[in-house]
Amino acid sequence: MKLLTHNMLTSHVKGVIKGYPLLIKATEVKVNEVEFNPQFVCRMIPKLEWCALVQAADQLGHRQDLPGELVPDYEKNEDFLKKVHRVLMEVEVLEGCLQCPESGREFPISKGIPNMLLNEDEV
Amino acid sequence: MKLKELESCLQQVDTFEKPKILLEQYPTSPHIAACMLYTIHSTFDDIEGKLVADLGCGCGVLSIGAAMLDAGLCVGFDIDDEALEIFRRNAEEFETSNVDLVQCDLCCLQGETYAQRFDTVIMNPPFGTKHNQGIDMKFLRAALTMATTAVYSLHKTSTREHIEKKANDWGVKMDVVAGLLSTKSQLFLNENVQTDHLTSLQSYDMICRLPTSFTRRNRLTSRWTSYGSPKPEKLFLEWI
Repeated sequence: MKLLTHNMLTSHVKGVIKGYPLLIKATEVKVNEVEFNPQFVCRMIPKLEWCALVQAADQLGHRQDLPGELVPDYEKNEDFLKKVHRVLMEVEVLEGCLQCPESGREFPISKGIPNMLLNEDEV
Repeated sequence: MKLKELESCLQQVDTFEKPKILLEQYPTSPHIAACMLYTIHSTFDDIEGKLVADLGCGCGVLSIGAAMLDAGLCVGFDIDDEALEIFRRNAEEFETSNVDLVQCDLCCLQGETYAQRFDTVIMNPPFGTKHNQGIDMKFLRAALTMATTAVYSLHKTSTREHIEKKANDWGVKMDVVAGLLSTKSQLFLNENVQTDHLTSLQSYDMICRLPTSFTRRNRLTSRWTSYGSPKPEKLFLEWI
């Protein structure tokens, strides 16, 4: 599971009002090399929940020097875009779980695939 | 990458080992997948550098194809962990770094989940033939929520009018981009069909379909003739 994907995931357990962002409890994390596409990263940034991304990177111990807030004029800042690229696309959670911040319900991640299926009584 | 190359690569994608009938699991043929993806990429430029979602991804034929056409990232969604495991293995074998997988139930998506998070959605959804009537429309609804630019989907010709009506109700513009046949090796593109428009209401386009009868276009006269039921690939025969 990449952090770009994690940024979209929400818990919808019955009764939960704000199941976002999901806390990451990782037992296995991998960093891959992924081709850097600055235009793609640039376009993704406005769609992200930036704080959730920073928090997730932090939880994985891979935040490095990613700023807590978006820098102005990031479109031309290749250094910054590379940092974002690394966090969005290269850091992967292989094993662990995602925890709903409200209900505490844990969604397992196995072999890099988060399981967001709810049980009958949670829907 | 050329169309033939893409198709050739997709032929190497492993498919379902024990397809689950009730989930309507069947692989999208490499030929159809390649043609569909190639059209989306070269005619509409909706894959390269884009954030793509593959709904009901199964073993990942469409996603891996999108990744090969340099999608920024393609995220596959499916309910079945066995299918996702095969997809994961495929991604490993192809060394695709620009795919991600999520296990979830697309029919249970709450209103704003993933809303507008993707540029493009591609899919070959279940048709609703196995005690799950209406599932194709649920997938469409989910897709339209998730995409900002376009949804590309395959549907049976027999449901076309129904989909047109729904698209209208939802304020969505629908184009039939290609008429595809489910025979083993043939693909016929009906260019005439492309001019079938609804009144333009909003910003989404769709590709439909997987016809269930065999029609052939005479290249000299440009006339279409019906030949009755085709001999589709074995898997299609069981599900359709």
